[in-house]
Amino acid sequence: MSSPGSGNRIVQWIEYRLPIFSWLDHTVGSGYPAPKNLNYLWNMGSLAGVALVIQIVTGIVLAMHYVPHGNMAFDSVEHIMRNVNYGWLIRYIHANGASMFFLVVYIHVFRGLYYGSYKYPRELLWWIGLAIMLLMMATAFMGYVLPWGQMSFWAATVITNLFSAIPLIGEPIVTWLWGGFAVDSPTLQRFYSLHYLLPFVIAGVVIVHIWALHTHGSNNPTGIDVKGPQDTLPFHPYYTVKDLFGLGLFLIIFAYWVFYNPNYLGHPDNYIPANPLQTPPHIVPEWYLLPYYAILRAIPDKLGGIVVMGAAIGVLFLIPWLDTSRVRSATFRPIYKQFYWILVADILILGWVGANPPEGYFILIGQLATAYYFLHFIIVMPFVGWFETPRQLPDSIATSVLDKGGGADTAKEGAP
Amino acid sequence: MTGRRPVTFVRPTLAVVAACVALLAAGPSMAAGDVEAPKSPGFSFQGPFGTYDRGELQRGFQVYQEVCSACHSLKYFAFRNLRSIGFDEVQAKAIAAQYEVMGGPDEEGEMFERPAVLADFIPAPFANDNAARAANNGALPPDLSLIVKARAGGEDYVYSLLTGYADPPADVELGEGMDYNPYFGGGQIAMPPPLFEDGVEYADGTKASVDQMARDVTTFLTWAAEPDMEARKRMGIKVMVFLVLMTVLLYMVKRKVWSDVH
Repeated sequence: MSSPGSGNRIVQWIEYRLPIFSWLDHTVGSGYPAPKNLNYLWNMGSLAGVALVIQIVTGIVLAMHYVPHGNMAFDSVEHIMRNVNYGWLIRYIHANGASMFFLVVYIHVFRGLYYGSYKYPRELLWWIGLAIMLLMMATAFMGYVLPWGQMSFWAATVITNLFSAIPLIGEPIVTWLWGGFAVDSPTLQRFYSLHYLLPFVIAGVVIVHIWALHTHGSNNPTGIDVKGPQDTLPFHPYYTVKDLFGLGLFLIIFAYWVFYNPNYLGHPDNYIPANPLQTPPHIVPEWYLLPYYAILRAIPDKLGGIVVMGAAIGVLFLIPWLDTSRVRSATFRPIYKQFYWILVADILILGWVGANPPEGYFILIGQLATAYYFLHFIIVMPFVGWFETPRQLPDSIATSVLDKGGGADTAKEGAP
Repeated sequence: MTGRRPVTFVRPTLAVVAACVALLAAGPSMAAGDVEAPKSPGFSFQGPFGTYDRGELQRGFQVYQEVCSACHSLKYFAFRNLRSIGFDEVQAKAIAAQYEVMGGPDEEGEMFERPAVLADFIPAPFANDNAARAANNGALPPDLSLIVKARAGGEDYVYSLLTGYADPPADVELGEGMDYNPYFGGGQIAMPPPLFEDGVEYADGTKASVDQMARDVTTFLTWAAEPDMEARKRMGIKVMVFLVLMTVLLYMVKRKVWSDVH
């Protein structure tokens, strides 16, 4: 391989001492061949990376003005909103950026689930991705606490209290987490410290994620392996430009929230300063944690709820082995594909239940949806894999692209 | 590869998604309980191009000064902010000078009262929450700086609450000193009806009906909660135009780059 710019003497001088140009080429250039049939769902990984960078940059600026103290945090956020130049812009980008980050990461995860991206040889890649998702949840939760509004305070109270369900050592652990005998300024300060630390941990794990990805390359919509150069394209310029177009669409949606509806995804109660003496009527997390919240509340026992909520994410670590099908992509799995969409609906229903108070028929719906969630992974996945007859797989990625390309051309010619 | 088969699976998928959307849409109305949904009178600051009406803002500030501020603080409002609602520096200084704030310590170490200046925040009616409760039958009048953002329904809720006082229905037993307001959670509110016909005399001659005063003070409080909204929407238009053009260009570049593959 001839490195990009290999004719340039300065490049050669640097490359000889620090092979950064061949490393770049290997990461995003002709040295990283990607399957030629990737659709726009494969855009989500780079969008998640962009979202992480946006969160880190805006977060660093916010940290220059924010005061992590029980008596001053709320006022300092309003100081950012009112007195810091473009403080409102930075804060609204950061607050809505968390939602946009989760949006693309969830699409990314559901894409992996649909196309079997977790299957051999990408099991570790899947695990590392789940680790990133867990770190994101912890980071987002602690970030939600920082404005020190009513939802911040009571979310911190509810979540830290979960640890009290651990037998024997639960209470001391909660006191240790709080740094006192109630959620108070010491709790806020340690959450702030961790909220600043964890994004950099996420960035580190993202590098490992990409390393694992590049070992066997991207999966693709057919789920079949790359058989040769005719199946691939160099990542640059093909996927850099495709990802940039996707980034444009992503930023348009992002900008809509920031400029025209910045508080829609938040909760009005978080504009009320934290008050330990007044519990809000409904304590709800942000939308991206609602399905887990519904699972937590579906079990009438505190410890049981926590165990089941943990299992809801834990089971995702096992699906490389729970999925018994030899075919990766659900495109060629007529039965499994339908169960996949039922699962998506089930998780949306869990989110809806999580947003509502645990009373009346919400309890029953939440319990049924929780049961079905586990049923899908533990029963449906292995059994459908065993009994389903997958459709005929294409011979190669190249032939599948030719089929599709031909079809598209005919359609185009048919149009006036 | 059997290219046409997938179509048959789109239908159940769509049905499932449609069912979810229907369930989600039905959610809020079922959860609302006995609180009445707020009225939507329509405000000039709503919508992507909305701006605050300067007349409404200044009249709204007058309503806050003469009515609300008897019980409610507005702690993030400084007199310098009067400049943003259309008062010039002389007017803003004159308004500030009507208020006394605590200054000092002087060279002797004594605190003293002095007229407020532009840098001061508007003084609160009560020294602390306990004093506020003691003067209000045990109820705590909330600070109004963020009230529009701190209530579901926002400006519609505040307007509806102010204009929504009514005689209680036969089956509602009001508590001591409480009033009936169907827009307030539980229907019983400790705040007596604050607005009466001609309760203030507007400097610009506008008729001070209850509806007008409610509309004006709601606009003012929305501004107090979100003073940079106009700058935000103005910037949003530029950002959107830029992003759409850039995205169209990127799409064309993408088509060009991929033309040798397709």
